[in-house]
Amino acid sequence: MNARTLVLALCPLAAQAQGFAGLGTSAEGYALPQPGYGFAFPRDHGAHPTFRIEWWYITANLTGPDGTPYGFQWTLFRSALAPGGAPEAQVWMGHAAVTTPEAHFVTERLARGATGQAGVTADPFEAWIDEWRLAGPNFDTATLTAQGPDWGYDVTLTAQGPIVLQGDQGYSVKSEDGQASHYYSQPFFAVDGTLTLPDGEIPVTGTAWLDREWSSQPLADRQVGWDWFSLSFDTGEKLMAFRLNEEGGDAFTAATWIAPDGTPTPFPNGAFAAEPLATSDVTDGEGAQREIPTRWRVRLPDRGLDATVEALNPQAWMATSVPYWEGPVTVTGSHAGVGYLEMTGY
Amino acid sequence: MIAAGLLALLSHWRRHKLQLFTLIAGLALATALWSGVQAINGEARASYTEASETLGEGRLSRLLPPEGATIPEATWVALRRAGWLASPVVEGRLGRARLLGIDPLTTPVDTGPIEEADTADLQAFLAPQGALLGREEVLAQLPDTGATLLASEEAAPGTVLTDIVTAQRVLEIDGFTSLLLAPVQPLRQVPLAEVAPGLRLQAPDQGTDPAALTDSFHLNLTAFGLLSFAVGLFIVHGAVGLAFEQRRATVRTLRAMGMPLGLLIALMAAELALLALVAGGIGLLLGYLIAAALLPDVAGTLQGLYGAEVAGTLRFRPLWALSGMAIALVGTAAAAASAFRRLATTPLLAGGTRRAGARWAARRAIRQGVAGLVLLLVALLVGLWGGGLVGGFVTLGCLMIGGALLLPLLLDRVLALGSRFAREALPQWIWADSRAELPGLSLALMALLLAMAANVGVSTMVSSFRQTFVDFLDQRLAPELYVGVSSPDRVNAFLAALPSGTRVLPIAEIERPLAGLPAQVQILRDDPTYRENWRFLSAVPDAWDRLAAGQGLLVNEQLARRAGLSVGDDLQVTGAVTLPILGIYGDYGNPVGEAILTEALFRQTFPEVVPVNFGLRLPAEGVPALAERLVTDLGLDPDQVVNQSNLKAISLGIFERTFAVTAALNVLTLAVAGFALLMSLLTLASIRLPQLAPVWALGTRRATLGRLELIRAVGLSTLTALAALPLGLALAWVLLAVVNVEAFGWRLPMFLFPWDWLRLFALALLAAALAALWPAIRLARVPPSILLKVFSDER
Repeated sequence: MNARTLVLALCPLAAQAQGFAGLGTSAEGYALPQPGYGFAFPRDHGAHPTFRIEWWYITANLTGPDGTPYGFQWTLFRSALAPGGAPEAQVWMGHAAVTTPEAHFVTERLARGATGQAGVTADPFEAWIDEWRLAGPNFDTATLTAQGPDWGYDVTLTAQGPIVLQGDQGYSVKSEDGQASHYYSQPFFAVDGTLTLPDGEIPVTGTAWLDREWSSQPLADRQVGWDWFSLSFDTGEKLMAFRLNEEGGDAFTAATWIAPDGTPTPFPNGAFAAEPLATSDVTDGEGAQREIPTRWRVRLPDRGLDATVEALNPQAWMATSVPYWEGPVTVTGSHAGVGYLEMTGY
Repeated sequence: MIAAGLLALLSHWRRHKLQLFTLIAGLALATALWSGVQAINGEARASYTEASETLGEGRLSRLLPPEGATIPEATWVALRRAGWLASPVVEGRLGRARLLGIDPLTTPVDTGPIEEADTADLQAFLAPQGALLGREEVLAQLPDTGATLLASEEAAPGTVLTDIVTAQRVLEIDGFTSLLLAPVQPLRQVPLAEVAPGLRLQAPDQGTDPAALTDSFHLNLTAFGLLSFAVGLFIVHGAVGLAFEQRRATVRTLRAMGMPLGLLIALMAAELALLALVAGGIGLLLGYLIAAALLPDVAGTLQGLYGAEVAGTLRFRPLWALSGMAIALVGTAAAAASAFRRLATTPLLAGGTRRAGARWAARRAIRQGVAGLVLLLVALLVGLWGGGLVGGFVTLGCLMIGGALLLPLLLDRVLALGSRFAREALPQWIWADSRAELPGLSLALMALLLAMAANVGVSTMVSSFRQTFVDFLDQRLAPELYVGVSSPDRVNAFLAALPSGTRVLPIAEIERPLAGLPAQVQILRDDPTYRENWRFLSAVPDAWDRLAAGQGLLVNEQLARRAGLSVGDDLQVTGAVTLPILGIYGDYGNPVGEAILTEALFRQTFPEVVPVNFGLRLPAEGVPALAERLVTDLGLDPDQVVNQSNLKAISLGIFERTFAVTAALNVLTLAVAGFALLMSLLTLASIRLPQLAPVWALGTRRATLGRLELIRAVGLSTLTALAALPLGLALAWVLLAVVNVEAFGWRLPMFLFPWDWLRLFALALLAAALAALWPAIRLARVPPSILLKVFSDER
């Protein structure tokens, strides 16, 4: 084990004590999300250091020249060690991954605040850790890059639609106790660029989905993990839906149906349902086997959705300080499409 | 049946308490020496591991700033953003400790102590006031810094670990002293020259890995431990063999009563295992005590020779205890194997005949002798043509074992020769009886031979080393007074204060890799001191003149050997300075390579290094007055004004500590050998009565018999000691000319110290006489009734 892992034990994202990744830890001293918060851009594309945790999260479904499907993930987490928002008290964590039908590449980076090694500026927009960066002239047009020892990607992102506020005008409730976060998405990015794999470079095109979320205690302490779906259907419609799993088997669900023009319709707890159909034995970072559901039945009766979501590569395990499963999926059934699935707490 | 059998077997030990004591003491001593050495090795290795885990030095590349500068934080961030996985390090002295600041978030190094800390401690580590993590004894000596102190036994000795920000604050350093590069770097990077042109890349250097450097030392210790263990096994072998021999009657009865052979063997094995466990336990305890007593000296040795820091206190390691018990059991099994084989193959009703006859013993002596000769031949071949440290130790092993195996045959031949000159009956009997007794004593005598030879060999090496070292100190520490001025701006005032006629020799060095090895470059002012006192191992003619003219440089033997350099070769000092080697000088006790530049060239090449230390040449009677004046008038630190004779004493002190461990182990080994002799003689005494009774009956007095026993034991020991001398000298030669060159990088001239041998000789004879005294006295006092009884017994 590395010292970094232990230092991470300090930061709530990594501490396993409360809920998944410590997201249920008390938020004393930190700012709390408020319903009716007035989002302002580009300001809110930047960091909110008085909140304890925050992330800039991009997933992409891509296709190579021969039709092979690929996926990538790029995430920058900010986590405060102490309240007050001082730059010195921030720890930054980057996760990047590329998934092919046969392989999954993942790398992690860590940085302390106040040095310039990692950070986010709202205008002109730039989010970075080391040489990994998401940089625009603005939030609608950006370049994105990340690399590991023998792989990497360089792409441009071009927004084809508006920013979407999740939940109630960007106030996303996570439990019946009222835990919540500020949450907005840009699900309409077109992607064009190059994947570099150990075997060589591959030109790719596709779509990407960006999530922005910040909070101080997004989970209730009995919530142990989640299954989170971001699906893009061939009809141009999109669905963001999650199921928060509680100790004892209960779950809290929420969903946002996004029309092709970006108009969101939020759904309350219980409207969305997801059940595992099949699991895979996934090898984690320590070489142990974990049983992970990689085929799901998802339903949103209000919109006539009853589809099967299946992992492109079941072995998309993120062997990072905070380990989880995240990878591209395909959708079949009442609706067809692609998307990303994230599962934590397994 | 099982219980009854076990009781019958165990009753033997109740009747033969001395044998039981021999067995347990022999095994306990063997285990003690072995496990003691292992404990020392284990502790030292753990220290290196902790050190290298903390530093990551030797295994990782580093980026270093220009001399005298630090790396700005902005440069580091620029590197990170250009794809370089570099992690900052801030290093400096805090009090007497080495302070090491790291960035836990980016460090590529596994940091043991941090992993051990709990969450609250980690919070303190990254908190604004910071935390210092180190061993308790190190933390206790730190000046107050306001940082939280976290004690961790996992920390490297002498090192305090902290967060990079805390280190910058405490050391008042801006930026970083170096950057560690992760072993695996990302796919694409902007070239270093574009991002940070001022930094230089230092490749991982194997030379500073203390574990590699000190391997030879540990191998040395292990060899000693193994030797002691072997000596101990000789004792156990003898005791077990005797016990089995004496229990034949019991065994015969048990088997006649229907106990299966397998069960009997199992019972006896269980019995031995039990004894081995008891003895092993005692041995572990003793071993721990030995290790605890020797460890401070080992730590001193390693520090003195290699600069490796080892904690002076011992920790209990369960694995060590387990391996100690295991080796006690395995050793017992090995020592008892032949006894068990005899037990299993002897026909049920075979009588309790006397131990193998003289002819059988003679055949065995010849077989062993031939094996010994072969081993000596192997030793010769490997010694002459084999290479490397391993080759050196193979030579040592073959030499020792071969010599030991050859000994019984040698003694037998000498005794046979002696008997030819004996004319009268009693002397003839003495010679013949000694030959007959030889097989029973040969194991103990072999042990004595090994112990003596090791003693001669190591003491010759140590004395040769000491002799060379003292000469070398006289040569090196020629100046009468050494003075350190605390800062460069006080140098001029100091120089002005010196009495006229004083010759000043500046002393300064700079760390710099030479020929790819860690090394130092030294300054040297052209002065008669050097020309008169220094002796080159090899040099060009007029080396001093050419050095003074800046036409070349000098290197020490270590650098020359490691880099394969010889006189005339070119050596690159900096990018711009490459000079031929004018001479190679002996530099005993220095772990690193060294090169010497003449003063003008040094100052021109390294203008940033300003000498603040000086050697002063002045008439000896002026030294105390000047030393006092420098302290009182100029306010120099008294610690920085050192009289040459004091310095020499300090250097010699370090050196004496260096070999204290070897000396202690030497004495212990000799003691074990003496014990083996005592036990052999005691057991022999009890079974030799049938031979002695007729001699007594023929009119020889018991006191005379006792005296003869004593004389015989001393005589055999004398012969053994004589044989040990050439063996020991051969051992010394291998240590000096093969092992030393491989391990330390320099060859020592071998000096012979006959007085040492005489002393050792006397010591060995004393040990033998002491060992023989008790059996002899017992013999002199044996009641006539017992002697008479011999004639009425079955034999």
